[in-house]
Amino acid sequence: MSGSMAGPVLEVDDLRVQLRTPRGTAHVVNGLSYTVGPGETVAVVGESGSGKSVSVLALLGLLPPRVATVTGRALLEGEDLLAMSPERLRQVRGPGAGMVFQDPMTSLNPVLTVGKQIVEGLRAHADVSKEAARRRAAELLAEVGLPDPEGALDRYPHELSGGMRQRVVIAIALSNSPSLLIADEATTALDVTVQAQIIDLVEKLQADHGTGVIWITHDLGVVAGIADRVLVMYGGRCVEDGTVDDVLERPAHPYTRGLLGSLPDLAAPVGPDGELPDLTTVPGLPPAPTDLPTGCVFWPRCPVRGDARCETEQPPLVVVPRGQKGHFGPELPHRAATWCGG
Amino acid sequence: MSNVLVSARGLEVHFPIGGGGLRRTPAGLLRAVDGVDLDIHRGETLGLVGESGCGKSTLGNALLKLVPSTGGTVTFDGTDITSLDRRGLKEMRRRAGMVFQDPFASLDPRRTVAQTIAEPLEVHGLHGGRRERAARVGELLELVGLDRSVAGRYPHEFSGGQRQRVGIARALAGEPDFLVCDEAIASLDVSVQAQVLNLLRRLQRRLGLTLLFISHDLSAVRHLSDRIAVMYLGRVVEIGPAAAVGSDPQMPYTQALLSAVPLPHPAMERERKRIVLRGDVPSPAAVPSGCRFRTRCPYAFEPCPTVDPALQPAGAAGQLAACHLHGVVGRPVDEETPQGIAPAAE
Repeated sequence: MSGSMAGPVLEVDDLRVQLRTPRGTAHVVNGLSYTVGPGETVAVVGESGSGKSVSVLALLGLLPPRVATVTGRALLEGEDLLAMSPERLRQVRGPGAGMVFQDPMTSLNPVLTVGKQIVEGLRAHADVSKEAARRRAAELLAEVGLPDPEGALDRYPHELSGGMRQRVVIAIALSNSPSLLIADEATTALDVTVQAQIIDLVEKLQADHGTGVIWITHDLGVVAGIADRVLVMYGGRCVEDGTVDDVLERPAHPYTRGLLGSLPDLAAPVGPDGELPDLTTVPGLPPAPTDLPTGCVFWPRCPVRGDARCETEQPPLVVVPRGQKGHFGPELPHRAATWCGG
Repeated sequence: MSNVLVSARGLEVHFPIGGGGLRRTPAGLLRAVDGVDLDIHRGETLGLVGESGCGKSTLGNALLKLVPSTGGTVTFDGTDITSLDRRGLKEMRRRAGMVFQDPFASLDPRRTVAQTIAEPLEVHGLHGGRRERAARVGELLELVGLDRSVAGRYPHEFSGGQRQRVGIARALAGEPDFLVCDEAIASLDVSVQAQVLNLLRRLQRRLGLTLLFISHDLSAVRHLSDRIAVMYLGRVVEIGPAAAVGSDPQMPYTQALLSAVPLPHPAMERERKRIVLRGDVPSPAAVPSGCRFRTRCPYAFEPCPTVDPALQPAGAAGQLAACHLHGVVGRPVDEETPQGIAPAAE
């Protein structure tokens, strides 16, 4: 692993992304700040259009520069990703940050064997012989739990199942031992039993290598299982963040509460009439990034709005007062951006 | 009047595979649905869960004769639908509606919402006369929580959740007794999913519908269903009251499936023991002999490869499970079949 032991792997400060669209400027990410420590998993949750995916694509310079304007700072082990030259950025993707997307077939080249694709990634970032790279590729496939790794090197992506393909993508993402791994809905397209295998795998690899992980998902169940900290996005803003226990067990923002209430819960007890209660829903739809409301981004859907400032003034992200003494240190505050205090 | 509205016995849907291009003879058989016995009771919501490729959608289609079955029978309200003529089939289709997964693909982009919803009315000659039909369309829109005034709009003007409501309104137009929802909430955002789940539950009660809710999402199925059926490789392997299947599963596959469902409770997740299954689901073109789950089952023992397990009572809460752990019940595997007595996987 490269980089210093102390200090965060990634430090994002006031990230903003605007996209030019036919319908006007879309304010997709509006002032996002967070850090990811070594070996830490930060889950970024939100519904479609909340800006969660765009925010990480922007970090790695994967948005088309002609339509995207990215501002802010994003220090990967002290070096600003947003100020890098394209050449430097290309060097950093790989050894610095690996990425796993939702659909493995969009990341894999269908006409190249699995082995070729891993070797390509290895040789792009390190001066190794073809033979050595191939040996390393087989090791990587064994590490991600592919049966018969030697044989798998000569297979094409279509010959593998969805879970196996995602393992290959993870092997490629980890091939240069990155200090940061970004997983964007990496298990969303997989069945739950396969999802469990992939999550186990990422947790094991993370423990072995001390990788910092950003896990982007809409699934709060997955978040509960893997995350140390959670960041809830809505309308391109972080509306709540904190430890996974704080955010999921003691949500402070009305949106987070609404999201949790609208989840059918396998562990929910039946009511006195022997039935499960109706789900609480968040009425309406998330706002379009081209047409964000003024004031609090959530007010048009908020069930508890009432403060005079809701519609006019954007609430800052402030520390939520604790009801009881938390067992986590003060370095992990629980914050929410809302005028509806508790 | 029987308590059972829809019933399948030994239902099979096999597709020939391979043999594309110049080859004329198929290379094999894909057993999408492979011997399903299932009763759906009047007025109940039956949840059908399983992972991709288990045959749950094909089963839903076969129950409405949207795909032809290759074996077994399906009866709808006492009538065998596998032998229905066109007129009989048309009446059956009025009484059985379908809500599809993708509300973007299942609505015609060139038709207004009113035209889409009125189509089944025209086909079945219901509510004759323009004014009556328009009134009925308005009624249906309000039933699914949309405003009457949206009748003249086109699908692209709606969000995913609203389109799914239109799809539900269309399915309800012929006043069906039976509604099949195939992954009807899968493409919606979490907060919108909850709106549609609540709507389906309200409609089911208000209209006394019999609902088959097909989904890969166990939490949603558990929330909506009175009973749950679990499918694996073309078979129903466990069925019973939703609370029983959801909290005390008796078939090892159901146990693994449930243990893999992530719960939004961090403390619970830290305590939980996941049953991580080995490997992938076998191809439905090469179904293992005997118990089809045996190649991945942590408890597989001698009878599993040689006896095809039948559903039998299991557990205290009244569900049925196809598993030899509850007693070896089932049909011995024919010794002549090539896949005969294959040894259990390590």
